[in-house]
Amino acid sequence: MMRGKGWGISFFDEMTGHGDSGQAGEIRPPYRDYHHWFEREDAARIQRKTQQAEALFRTTGITFNVYGDDDGDERLIPFDVVPRIISAGEWRRLSRGIEQRVRALNAFLHDIYHRQEILRAGRVPTDLISRNEAFLPMMMGMDPPGGVYTHISGIDIVRTGADEFHVLEDNARTPSGVSYMLENRETMLQMFPELFAKISVREVGDYPLNLLKSLAACAPPRCGGTPTVAVLTPGIHNSAYFEHSFLADQMGAELVEGHDLRVVAGRVQMRTTQGYRPIDVLYRRVDDDFLDPLNFRPDSLLGVPGIWDVYRAGGITIANAPGTGIADDKALYSYMPDIIQFYTGEKALLPNVPTWRCSEPGHLKEVLDRLPELVVKEVHGSGGYGMLVGPAASRKEIAAFRRKLEANPANYIAQPTLSLSTVPIFTKAGLAPRHVDLRPFVLMSPQGVTITPGGLTRVAMSKGSLVVNSSQGGGTKDTWVLED
Amino acid sequence: MLGKTAGSLYWMARYLERSENNARLIDAGFRIALTRSNTAEAEWRSVLVTAGQDGRFRQAHDEDYSSQRVVDFMLRDPANPSSILSVVKQARDNARTARTYLTREVWEAVNTSWMTLGTLLKRQVREDDLPDVLAAIRRQNGQVRGALTGTMLRNDGFHFAQFGTFLERADNTARILDVKYYLLLPSVAHIGGSIDNVQWETILRSVSAHRAYRWLYGAEISALKIAEFLILYRQMPRSLAFCCERMEEHLAHIQRGYDDETEAGRMAAALCRDRLSAPIQAIFDGGLHEYLRSFLAATAALARQAERDYRFVE
Repeated sequence: MMRGKGWGISFFDEMTGHGDSGQAGEIRPPYRDYHHWFEREDAARIQRKTQQAEALFRTTGITFNVYGDDDGDERLIPFDVVPRIISAGEWRRLSRGIEQRVRALNAFLHDIYHRQEILRAGRVPTDLISRNEAFLPMMMGMDPPGGVYTHISGIDIVRTGADEFHVLEDNARTPSGVSYMLENRETMLQMFPELFAKISVREVGDYPLNLLKSLAACAPPRCGGTPTVAVLTPGIHNSAYFEHSFLADQMGAELVEGHDLRVVAGRVQMRTTQGYRPIDVLYRRVDDDFLDPLNFRPDSLLGVPGIWDVYRAGGITIANAPGTGIADDKALYSYMPDIIQFYTGEKALLPNVPTWRCSEPGHLKEVLDRLPELVVKEVHGSGGYGMLVGPAASRKEIAAFRRKLEANPANYIAQPTLSLSTVPIFTKAGLAPRHVDLRPFVLMSPQGVTITPGGLTRVAMSKGSLVVNSSQGGGTKDTWVLED
Repeated sequence: MLGKTAGSLYWMARYLERSENNARLIDAGFRIALTRSNTAEAEWRSVLVTAGQDGRFRQAHDEDYSSQRVVDFMLRDPANPSSILSVVKQARDNARTARTYLTREVWEAVNTSWMTLGTLLKRQVREDDLPDVLAAIRRQNGQVRGALTGTMLRNDGFHFAQFGTFLERADNTARILDVKYYLLLPSVAHIGGSIDNVQWETILRSVSAHRAYRWLYGAEISALKIAEFLILYRQMPRSLAFCCERMEEHLAHIQRGYDDETEAGRMAAALCRDRLSAPIQAIFDGGLHEYLRSFLAATAALARQAERDYRFVE
């Protein structure tokens, strides 16, 4: 568990504006209607509703398995009943920045797997690609259907002030969390229907339908008629299995595992009770390495032998495209402003967080000198594993991390400890601020980019903690984008 | 639907039915253990044999057939893949795999079963709590069944699940009779030979039918009648005849839906036609034990055939 130590940094609270130059204690406009309702609401009733919500999540099975726990222990992600509210104006700004970023990412992936203009122009160092574990040489010269690599992405955003938003990371490999976004809204609608009658909140429930349409619009050349979409899951023991089955269910698509699929007559086909039937679009929630034991990891039981050859021949769409994972690399992240500039000709609308690349000796020296005040992350890491939060770490932890960092500097990047914005959570003692981030979900097809208004707000449940990852005990909230 | 999904629905139903049947067997065994301590060990052993768990039990506990050991083994031993806790977990895993084919109500009923039993069976169950725990298991299953029949579309998925339920149930009733058949034989051979009251009551209790029997046959307790009731009586929902008719019916629905006849469908029809049309006396004349053995083999073959015909596995 991370505990804050009162670092004396002031934080921007999204409800009160506290920590900003504005008057402390005033309620910011997006939260006014909600706050008005909350003030008149009986705390005991909200407390009861919170417990009901938890029971509901258990019964519904909205759980996730934590890797490393014995025997797939299923845990609930803590849910907080106070929504995170974003004004229509703020959302317009955010979504423009997000769309620009995702388009640039997709253009970058296409370039890297074709002419590599950006490397020739010297805007991004070559070894960032060649040394990137997620780079797939087999994708060179391959044209994914519709030219789409990043069918689904999640862009993690942090807020540090009234008008300050930064992108913290890009998740283009297999972003997860969208089912929590949808279930959180569903839960809020059930618990507080009167709120939604009072306040105009933009709809998120059409995400599964948009996902289906977006995937179907990327059908491969050899697809005849209405595309058959299926979701590929590693199975019930995967930490995100709930989400996989939820999305398949909501889209009306089959939920398949590797052993349900076979290459028959040059198509990827699923074994049904009446024989094999072809699939056109495979929304895979399995990493590249496991996709095809014939062409990738031979020991993988999760994938489909020969799917790669079908893909090359235009017989199936794989979403997201193989090799997309290079975009998740945190070393590459530090070049995103250049990447956006290179492909769109514009400056990035949403800035990055300043980042030191430990692979560069000058940067490394500075990071080692300032370890106690920085956040250090593995470049390929995810889920909040293997990171150091300097201000929250003990001397011993810092010393141990220093040794790891010196042994393999290229494996790490460092960032300043951000003063993440806070949103109140509901506690027995009333409202209490907790740090949050936001993961909006973005769909891309040849027909355009669709961003669901809002996204998943993750919240650090313990006081002062800056770690919002659910694998580290973080919780979630419903996210409201207000109508104009 | 996917073959795997059909298989998961079928196994989900089989495992749920199995947990309930095993709860009944424990209940019946427990009754005898309480009332006749001198025969308790033999009774527990026959319960384990019926449930197909005797071999594994002896590996773990040798010949120590004490109530506490047997009950704990059958209820909650994680090393026993047929313990009620293991079986309910497998039912839930199959339900999770097939979740996109289940209504919310069915999934929640299965999930709640698993959560409830996990809590009830966290610790060893005390003797005086046992009836309540067994009743809870039956109640949870009732909830799942109610949700299944009350909310599921009558499509192939529903019929695969029902097929699994009745296959498991037929197998269970046939096993109960087969383990106890030696009790029934002497009384049939000697006209007027008496059958041990407690024992026949145990047999009927194992299928929750002691009151139904009395209602039908009054005080007339005869081996022939009991066997007839559990094998041929079509109104008794745990009799072989009832279960076989349901299996045939659900497979017929699937075949019609797919517009495709299968070997499994033919086998189910043959099972009803060939094994359940002779009078009970003829079954006894040909040997009850042999009859039950071959019935069990036939249902096992039917299960394997359905698995092949509908591609539950590769």
